[in-house]
Amino acid sequence: MSTLQQSTDATPRKLTVATAWLDGCSGCHMSFLDLDERLLALAELIDVVYSPLVDAKQLPEQVDLGILEGAVSNENDLQQARLFRQHCKVLISLGDCAVTGNVPAMRNTFPLKAVFERAYYENVTQRPGVIPTIEVPALLTYVQPLHAVVPVDIFIPGCPPRADAIYTILADLLAGKTPDPNAVTRFGA
Amino acid sequence: MPVATSPAVRVVTLNIDGQDLSAREDETIIEVCREHRIPIPSLCHLDGLTLWGGCRLCLVEMAGQERLFAACSTRVAEGMHILTNTERLRRYRRTIVELLFAERNHVCAVCVSNGHCELQALAQTCGVTHVTVPYRHQRYDVDSSHEMFRVDHNRCILCTRCVRVCDQIEGAHTWDVKGRGSDCQVITDLAQPWGESSTCTSCGKCVQVCPTGALVEQGTSVGEMVKDRRFLPILARRRQPR
Ligand code: SF4
Ligand code: SF4
Ligand code: SF4
Ligand code: FES
Repeated sequence: MSTLQQSTDATPRKLTVATAWLDGCSGCHMSFLDLDERLLALAELIDVVYSPLVDAKQLPEQVDLGILEGAVSNENDLQQARLFRQHCKVLISLGDCAVTGNVPAMRNTFPLKAVFERAYYENVTQRPGVIPTIEVPALLTYVQPLHAVVPVDIFIPGCPPRADAIYTILADLLAGKTPDPNAVTRFGA
Repeated sequence: MPVATSPAVRVVTLNIDGQDLSAREDETIIEVCREHRIPIPSLCHLDGLTLWGGCRLCLVEMAGQERLFAACSTRVAEGMHILTNTERLRRYRRTIVELLFAERNHVCAVCVSNGHCELQALAQTCGVTHVTVPYRHQRYDVDSSHEMFRVDHNRCILCTRCVRVCDQIEGAHTWDVKGRGSDCQVITDLAQPWGESSTCTSCGKCVQVCPTGALVEQGTSVGEMVKDRRFLPILARRRQPR
């Protein structure tokens, strides 16, 4: 796997970054936004080319750094994960949902049928029993952490990882250092 | 538990991670390491309780020996050369911690012990950023029948601290272990609901020594379960034969 340093050394340009959230609450993205004024300094060094935070609709062909939040719970999550792996040189698994499956994976101890029954029969009063199938991605049998479906380069546990932790790890990457996530965050942090 | 000191214990010299140290010959490797602030991860070992030797996190290497030794259950000896932090040991420790996370269901973010859990802390200090083995996703029971305490088997790592403290310190022997392999589970009385136990005195010692969020006080919410084990060394000392 190529490192970020090689890419920055060869061409002194801004690092391109793509982000997305799969089965997550967007809290990890919010934690990233909590970098506050440090975002301005970061904006000098990185270019967010694809993300829920910007307008681009299409993942570019080649991205330096991909950041995925959320577990892999449905067909669309799986596609996104594969797409990011294909197009990003370095892939970060951000937050406990992506890293462990976390809360979304709590459904794994129940059969999928029971999950549907709970959501669309037992817990609804309006039109019980109507399970949406059109325009919604099908659920996978098991919710998986990101690294169970594609290789991941860096893991940032935490629910959400604190802004400081995200910052330290990004700063290390930008400086060409190998980040040490356990020094700044942990499961459930 | 420190072995009862006989009047004529000898002192031995040994080497741990390059440091020359002396120790009483009735001490274990882990005791000597703790005294000298040499970190050794452990889960089943708890000062004040008898030995269990089940978690294998405390494994160390010994010069001239191919096999590894559990620091909690190996006595020191003259001339021992011990290594506590080799790449092989670090790899094994990470694997053990990962297997514990994969075996049951740990969701630290919503756990009452978040921030006060020995397993969670060990993952961080042993360098576990993710679990490389597949999660088992087996459902385990939660027994909330006791009016003060709750057992959540999803978080239990089978260290048997609860079993030992209840038997050896409280003298109630409410806890025990049933089943083998992945069916292994701690039980109260003869696998009856804890709240119906005729032996439990509701002393809470098991809850305080439990390293994880498996045994907790009722009414605690995420991250609120802080444990207090100060009673243990005091009571353990009083229970030693004089
Ligand atoms: S018991 Fe510890 S490791 Fe398990 S979920 Fe709770 S905090 Fe996390
Ligand atoms: S509360 Fe006390 S008596 Fe009851 S099970 Fe726990 S240690 Fe044993
Ligand atoms: S309930 Fe707690 S103390 Fe008892 S075996 Fe499980 S983890 Fe250990
Ligand atoms: S602490 Fe030694 S085996 Fe558990």
